[in-house]
Amino acid sequence: MTRVVRVASGQGFWGDWLEAPRRQVEGGPVDYLMLDYLAEVTMSILQKQKERDPSLGYARDFIGAMESVFPAVAQRGVRVVANAGGVNPMACATAVRQAARSAGVSPNVRIGVVTGDDLLPRIDALLAEGHTLANMETGEALSTVRDRVLSANAYLGAPPIVEALARGANVVVTGRSTDTALTMAPLLHSFGWRLDDWDKLASGIVAGHIIECGAQCSGGNCLYDWRTIPDLANVGYPIVEGHEDGTFVIYKHPNTGGRIDVHSVTEQLVYEMGDPRSYITPDVIADFTTIHLEGAGPDRVRVFGITGRPPTDKLKVSIAYRAGFKALGTLVYAWPDALEKARLADRVVRERLDGLGLQFETIHTEFLGASATHGPLAGAVGDVPEVQLRIGVRGPERKAVERFTREIAPLVLNGPPSVTGFAGGRPKVEEVVAYWPALVDKRVVTPVVTMDEP
Amino acid sequence: MKIRLLDIAHARSGDKGDTANVGVIALQPQWYPLLARELTRERVARHFAGAITGGVERYELPNLGALNFLLHGALGGGGTLSLKTDAQGKVFSTALLRLELDVPDAEARRLALPGASG
Repeated sequence: MTRVVRVASGQGFWGDWLEAPRRQVEGGPVDYLMLDYLAEVTMSILQKQKERDPSLGYARDFIGAMESVFPAVAQRGVRVVANAGGVNPMACATAVRQAARSAGVSPNVRIGVVTGDDLLPRIDALLAEGHTLANMETGEALSTVRDRVLSANAYLGAPPIVEALARGANVVVTGRSTDTALTMAPLLHSFGWRLDDWDKLASGIVAGHIIECGAQCSGGNCLYDWRTIPDLANVGYPIVEGHEDGTFVIYKHPNTGGRIDVHSVTEQLVYEMGDPRSYITPDVIADFTTIHLEGAGPDRVRVFGITGRPPTDKLKVSIAYRAGFKALGTLVYAWPDALEKARLADRVVRERLDGLGLQFETIHTEFLGASATHGPLAGAVGDVPEVQLRIGVRGPERKAVERFTREIAPLVLNGPPSVTGFAGGRPKVEEVVAYWPALVDKRVVTPVVTMDEP
Repeated sequence: MKIRLLDIAHARSGDKGDTANVGVIALQPQWYPLLARELTRERVARHFAGAITGGVERYELPNLGALNFLLHGALGGGGTLSLKTDAQGKVFSTALLRLELDVPDAEARRLALPGASG
């Protein structure tokens, strides 16, 4: 019988379903549990937490997830790979160790910690050496925001995770690894693929891309025939059944809801896609135009034919910087002429802000129920029952944004009629931490694996 | 005849900075060539006029019966900078599916498009 390796996805972002990790290890046999916690902006949120408390800065949901899967990890040999370490992987490992002790399973938990992604302490040295860390989208030099930088992390690939697994880790905690590496590494480790076997590495990356958003490939957020997708309350998260030759099957545990078919998997494949011929990762460039899908029984899709080519000599760097303040205020206007009333209220607010001489980078108004999501494409909506007015401002001065938050409530008494929905109170001012994507030479980043043995 | 993209395709969208991507997928494999022919970069740019501030890029994935469009300047700055409800471009998918195609009646019948008579 051909050997297979099963990698289960138990978390598609920080905030995903708390039940999913446990359901993945209890619903049927799996070898690895993959948990993806880091979105583009997550690192900056974690950096702010770490500034307030040096023992924080990791995805704390992960500790609860580990507690829910300890029996499977300690007794049944399921191994966990997660980028929950955020900007403080060591503190994350310490918290996992503590939880393992409390659960009485510590002797059976060997934690591998991947670091080396954190470039924050080295930014000035890198700039001095001529690494510009220019914004990949705008081309701007990092110097324009240097004094406001909060975090800077290189996206690491699969090899350090493979090293941790090879050294016997059954829980691997990383900082800023690529989402796809969390799936590819267990396959690479299990099958011993060569690091220049581009087609197999690309297959591992595609497998990772399909399951990195959790249920988004197994019936969640699926537009295709959405009314007939069964039992979303009990949705099954996806699992990769990997084969040595690089082909794999996407499936889910029996007796779970949702649906895995060519349509649901295709929707996930095109999610957040750029140039399909060049899906760039630190380990390989995958060609999405070579992916073939075929139904392989109920809730099973076989994936094959994928090719890849050598990666570039750069790593992507995720930099977060303070970018001012923002606030959002809302009010609801009722029939008749709800949209017309909301439009008048928007003009009144803007006139008052002008009168106060307040400066903002952006004032953005939406009319929910009329045009908020599709804008001008929505066309005329008629005399709808209600419209929510939603006004947002963003600017460099906290004071100006604070003042804006006082300009919404007065409209209840001194603006257009038929207004309600102010139960939420005054809008909150939020600091904006923005994302700055950059590239850095691979040779200046050295991943480090540390074992935390019982 | 006129046919809504919604009736012959499905789609998913996401974000990368201030750019939204929309992957649009033929509901039936035999409808993909029609999509590939009709959904030109210019046609999609016209559709989103007034809703995005930048240009449009187009990629073909015949292996998946899909096209991928990148809509630049779609997200009010993108990420945390954006003040939009759809800051992450999640529903640009159905915005594209609002597009209406003009398909010759004979071709619509031959392809058995929804609503084609005969």
